[in-house]
Amino acid sequence: MQDAKLAVSHAFKIFGNDAPAVLKLLRQGKSKQEILAQTGATVGVQDASFEVREGEIFVVMGLSGSGKSTLVRMLNGLIPPTAGQILIGGEDIAQASPAALRRIRRDKISMIFQHFALFPHWTLAENVAYGLKINGVPRESRHKRALEVLEQVGLAPWADSLPSDLSGGMQQRVGLARGLAAGSDILLMDEPFGALDPLIRREMQMELLNLQQTLKKTIVFITHDLNEALLLGNRIAIMKDGCIVQIGTAQEIVTAPADDYVAAFVADIDRGRVFTADDVSSQPTTIQLRQTSVRDALRMMEQGGAHALYVMDGERVAGVVTYQQLAASEMDPSPTTTLQDALITDFPTVDASTSLSELYGAAGSGLPIAVTDERERLVAVVEPSDVLAHLSGDAVAAEALANKEQANAQPR
Amino acid sequence: MLSPADIVTLPFDDWVNAFVRGWLVPNFRPFFRAAQVPITSVLGWLEAAFLAVPMLVTTALFALAAWKTAGRGMAIFTILGFAFVDMIGLWDDTMTTLAMILTAVFFCAVIGIPAGILAARSNLAWRIMRPVLDVMQTIPSFVYLVPIVMLFGVGMTPGIIATIVFALPPIVRLTNLGIRNVRADLIEAAEAFGSTGWQMLWDLQLPLAMRTIMAGLNQTLMMALSMVVIAALIGGGGLGLVVNTGLGRMDVGGATAGGVGIVVLAIVLDRITQGLAERSGVRGASLRQTLAGFFRPRATAPALEAEKAG
Repeated sequence: MQDAKLAVSHAFKIFGNDAPAVLKLLRQGKSKQEILAQTGATVGVQDASFEVREGEIFVVMGLSGSGKSTLVRMLNGLIPPTAGQILIGGEDIAQASPAALRRIRRDKISMIFQHFALFPHWTLAENVAYGLKINGVPRESRHKRALEVLEQVGLAPWADSLPSDLSGGMQQRVGLARGLAAGSDILLMDEPFGALDPLIRREMQMELLNLQQTLKKTIVFITHDLNEALLLGNRIAIMKDGCIVQIGTAQEIVTAPADDYVAAFVADIDRGRVFTADDVSSQPTTIQLRQTSVRDALRMMEQGGAHALYVMDGERVAGVVTYQQLAASEMDPSPTTTLQDALITDFPTVDASTSLSELYGAAGSGLPIAVTDERERLVAVVEPSDVLAHLSGDAVAAEALANKEQANAQPR
Repeated sequence: MLSPADIVTLPFDDWVNAFVRGWLVPNFRPFFRAAQVPITSVLGWLEAAFLAVPMLVTTALFALAAWKTAGRGMAIFTILGFAFVDMIGLWDDTMTTLAMILTAVFFCAVIGIPAGILAARSNLAWRIMRPVLDVMQTIPSFVYLVPIVMLFGVGMTPGIIATIVFALPPIVRLTNLGIRNVRADLIEAAEAFGSTGWQMLWDLQLPLAMRTIMAGLNQTLMMALSMVVIAALIGGGGLGLVVNTGLGRMDVGGATAGGVGIVVLAIVLDRITQGLAERSGVRGASLRQTLAGFFRPRATAPALEAEKAG
């Protein structure tokens, strides 16, 4: 792929002696446990291949011991890979000389650590300027740059404090600032919010997303928290026992888990945050306000099995009519009844990226929810029942079942 | 009973004699003579300086240092102690001993800190150094007094060399320990930002190990003091000589007077260096900051805070 900023192919890490023999055993299909019993070597990462695109947040999710921390340390050569290729801007980290590795770390790739790893004897400004200092930037200009970045993360007033004066959340902001100040395009974040308490963690996640909108860094983010992965990741890789078991977007992973392990993981996540209106909406059937009679509208609803229809006035959404009300108005002896009389103009609208959890309220009205684009045009509708079905996972399960049946049916 | 000695007896003492007298001394005497030149010069300067500066000025400087690092009580003790030493007529001997000790400690630091850094960075170097340090610390000093006299002759400088041999291990060990104990995640962070070995040493390892290194310096200083009397056996002057003379003449009073001088010096130097070590640990200040704080007028924590606020 052209815009891959970081490409890993068939990377292995084996801790212990006689790596070539272990690699051979792995290629024969021996499991991590068998290899440990047979050779005493630990397989940290096996056959990891993925690409991180420019400007995306690529999350690596896995439980402790799954090899995710080893994997991220292989990306900047802190842990040299046993086999495989790790390309950053065309240079292979696995083959780089110590000097080349230092240059890549200075210029292209920064890291943010779970326990902050701030230097306790330096002020925040000195800490933030560390990458520049290493690179030989003169004191004045690196101090200036450090203050700018501290401003960005909201810590400018503490520039001359020591890290021990700050709370955990603030310390990690400094860690983030230190990574940003170095000016590299790639940020490796090793469980950066893992040591923070839940409220601060949430705040930091939001702040990271905000910063990312302007900075557009290429981020590899390690976490053991699936909700965090789903919230932050443009794409997510799930690791188990040193292997990457699935790579995909949040929606792909939740709707189509690659195996039972992933399925068990996603079973109790908050689906409301993963799916958006876009995922549950359907093509709208609309009627025109002026051209459609009440009788026609009723017939359309009966045929389509819909209980409400959106009514358009030209390009504009005029409102929504429900079967119940139209049927009632048709009972009315007056022959001049039009759609206008039964029109509900106070209908719920959302945009396509609204998360399902924010649709609960709108779904409560019982009316189909209008999904509009930035120019207020109707692009889709969401049936309230679909919102609930998706939240409970029934729709997904049904879909998966249908796919399976289809697949089973095909060979015959 | 059968014992190995019935089968083989080893003339170990002859071997050592042959090695030292037959080979080391004839071949390397000029080399060792030349090697003591820097020690002799440093000692000469220090001794001349301490003897030239009037007693009151020296006492005032030490009292000030004690006040800054260890508090008012220690400053008062310094004044009283130094005055007592002067009044019992041992001021010049005390200054000679001080010059000897500081020379020994200076060379211990010059040799020991780099050796400790090397030991911390290379497991191989540490594996080699460790048994050597063990021997240096445990071998009775009388054992190496004889070869030292053979190689370097008699006098103050050989006495200092014996002191260095005895007092070197703690500074090497504690420098090694301090650097190895720098948090691994900080080292990893420095590496992740692409720092070189030297950058890591200056930016992280030395400042963060400073407290432990200072503790090592304090230990080295104390061990050097305890060698004063033994060094006097091979020509080291000062208070050690006073004690030895007292011993030789069964002069309890003279020996005690020399001993009191050593104790006063030991207490003052110990408290001052301990204070320095503690300061270098407070909030992880660097050596530069520690020394700057040391020379600043009454610069304690509140002053630093005020400076920050302003």
